[in-house]
Amino acid sequence: MPATLKAVETTSADAAPAEAQAAAHQPTATHTGAEMVVKALVDQGVEVVFGYPGGAVLPIYDALFEQNRLQHILVRHEQAAVHAAEGYARSTGKVGCVLVTSGPGATNAVTGLTDALMDSIPVVCLTGQVPTHLIGNDAFQEADTTGITRPCTKHNYLVKSVADLPRILHEAFYVASTGRPGPVVVDLPKDVLQAKGGYVEKERVVHRSYRPQTEPDPAAIARVVDLLQGARRPMIYAGGGVINAGPEACRLLTELVHLTGAPVTNTLMGLGAVPGSDPQFLGMLGMHGTYEANLAMYSCDVMLNVGARFDDRVTGRLSDFSPNSTKIHIDIDPSSINKNVMVELPVVADAEAALRAILAEWKRRSAHTDRKALDAWWQQIEAWRGRDCLRYEQKGAVIKPQYAIQRLYELTAAVEREKGIETYITTEVGQHQMWAAQYFKFERPNRWMTSGGLGTMGYGLPAAMGVQIAHPDALVVDVAGEASILMNIQEMSTLAQYELPVKVFIVNNQWMGMVRQWQELLHGGRYSQSYSASLPDFVALAAAFGAHGIRCEKPEELDDKIREMIETPEPVIFDCCVAQEENCFPMIPSGAAHYEMLLGPDDKAAKPISEEGMVLV
Amino acid sequence: MTALRNIVERRTIAVLVDNEPGVLARVIGLFSGRGYNIESLTVTEVEHEKGLSRITVVTTGTPQVLEQIKAQLDRLVPVHRVADLTQQGPNVERELALVKVAGTGDKRVEALRIAGIFDAEVVDAGLDFFIFEASHRPDKLDRFIALMKPLGMVEMSRTGVVAIARGKEGI
Ligand SMILES: Cc1ncc(C[n+]2csc(CCOP(=O)(O)OP(=O)(O)O)c2C)c(N)n1
Ligand SMILES: [Mg+2]
Repeated sequence: MPATLKAVETTSADAAPAEAQAAAHQPTATHTGAEMVVKALVDQGVEVVFGYPGGAVLPIYDALFEQNRLQHILVRHEQAAVHAAEGYARSTGKVGCVLVTSGPGATNAVTGLTDALMDSIPVVCLTGQVPTHLIGNDAFQEADTTGITRPCTKHNYLVKSVADLPRILHEAFYVASTGRPGPVVVDLPKDVLQAKGGYVEKERVVHRSYRPQTEPDPAAIARVVDLLQGARRPMIYAGGGVINAGPEACRLLTELVHLTGAPVTNTLMGLGAVPGSDPQFLGMLGMHGTYEANLAMYSCDVMLNVGARFDDRVTGRLSDFSPNSTKIHIDIDPSSINKNVMVELPVVADAEAALRAILAEWKRRSAHTDRKALDAWWQQIEAWRGRDCLRYEQKGAVIKPQYAIQRLYELTAAVEREKGIETYITTEVGQHQMWAAQYFKFERPNRWMTSGGLGTMGYGLPAAMGVQIAHPDALVVDVAGEASILMNIQEMSTLAQYELPVKVFIVNNQWMGMVRQWQELLHGGRYSQSYSASLPDFVALAAAFGAHGIRCEKPEELDDKIREMIETPEPVIFDCCVAQEENCFPMIPSGAAHYEMLLGPDDKAAKPISEEGMVLV
Repeated sequence: MTALRNIVERRTIAVLVDNEPGVLARVIGLFSGRGYNIESLTVTEVEHEKGLSRITVVTTGTPQVLEQIKAQLDRLVPVHRVADLTQQGPNVERELALVKVAGTGDKRVEALRIAGIFDAEVVDAGLDFFIFEASHRPDKLDRFIALMKPLGMVEMSRTGVVAIARGKEGI
């Protein structure tokens, strides 16, 4: 069985059978597989592992028991372990690490892995497996983990010999964290964990085939500058790839925005890549993006996409997507280019490297954009801005969900300003998620964790857990819906055990609001199965988990109660009872174009949704 | 321009991969998962010392889809190289078939005669059957098989396409 990656000094043993390799390592065969797992994680800089034990991984739990370099966080469901690792990774830029058992442990992790794949989050997930001689026999708690996870990981491995183990572990971290990041599964049969072998340091491991391209082609960069320079209505559209590239990439992006004078929008995954308060920032784009961001995308003449993937939530109807622009697409993943939208100028590179090169070329040429054209463009944009598309009215005795989220934003921002307490926001999935994206302004990257590509209800609480572990002194809030929160509510117990003061802010509209909204707008008001019946008493639920419960029903009490939440040193469940039938606007119905946006409730009957639109999700 | 983009083309793509467990499942899963077509797929180890296998896949799609297929293949971690043999220039494609024809009398004689025209070799024979081995371009093989059908073909097995670029350059 040829190896995929070789330890530099054992080339001759490379193609030899596993037993021979093991024999070659005999003199140093001082570690069990399980010990090597712990050693490799430590060498890879892992500090925290989110996991859940079971028969197949007990040898690793033995090895964990005898050390104190790695902290193990015992979650209450394996899906939550992966989301926690995602939250940890997204808020730190490091790889998140997960350890679960075979069979149900692995299958429970699948949703989390798919989520990490869709949002390009670096995660290494170690799964236990039945011993090699039982594989294929339908043994107790056997699942074809590599088969099941092949389409939902960036890469996966089944380790068949302890001789391959250290190499594969190091390779897993390398693959997860470089290029376009993603989840990697390493499936570990129990006998491999118990066998002895020689450890290989990570420096000695070089990958055979995997070489992501990070440096941009200089000729392409020169053309980028040509295009930006010649633009009369430029538009910069940046996504999660810039966040993944790191804070320096975000700084460079902001610098480019300022140098060119171009307007900028962020995708849901890209929020925080440029400061939310920057006057050139038009807010999020896409299905629930701002009027000005979407119309600027529609009307621009040169579009610079940095680290975004022309997702259907962003483009709307493809045939009407930004029809008159010359498009530049910077992406580290060549398969993202021309996948949905054909672009004139692709640049395959890491966002930081590409932005640095563009800035250098811009400065070298002392380039500038056509001032007059740009002024006219901004005048147009300000007119769109003047529509104030996120406007809502808080009147009457019921809290509007938009108001709840806006106050949450303003009060947490105040705490950050006054006391220097950093705020990190995670979300579940639904209307509350979109409102959070609309009303929060993120001044920095890595402060916003949401399930974008997969849209996984149940993401927010475990992700917040992972964020809080990484940032113990920060204020970490999961903006939740009453339906979503029940999908991983068991993690309240993990918060209690590790004294993680995560705040769960439930925007409780008693509906699966986003489903209800679609049923209202697109399905003739047939509210089939979207009512949140038999909800628990969230205040009592908090108490049951040893957390603090707060309920707020009146607009005038909101500020005080949010402050109470912020000041509570324990975990909190905040049950914010809001108007039940509020819809999230603006909205571009699926299959519609950017200019067909609905701005509010009175807009809804304006145009029937096309048949093609109805089949889209 | 848009019309051109919608024309479905046939491409032969060679993929050099690490011969590791699951690599074929990865490639096939990519095609089925993303709804791409596979017309033919062959795989075998080509460099034992380096542990490399070569997959030859014949696929169809619009130019945009074909570019996606190549980019998606290239993105798989154990893939070393992806070469679009059709796009690169002239190439040689071959496929081997084993064709069993049963019968007696005129049909049997005619089968043997046509096999001769197609340079097919008799690899087994009895008084009432032949097994022919033929190796050709896939379309020529199609024609051979079409002729054998009315002459009593009872079974046929084909390898799928292997291909290589013409000229002295390696992949
Ligand atoms: C695991 C999962 N199942 C189903 C869905 C489909 N879905 C999207 S939003 C939503 C409703 C969410 O309701 P809630 O958490 O109360 O949020 P709201 O929209 O009311 O703010 C559903 C069911 C999903 N995104 N994820
Ligand atoms: Mg709800």
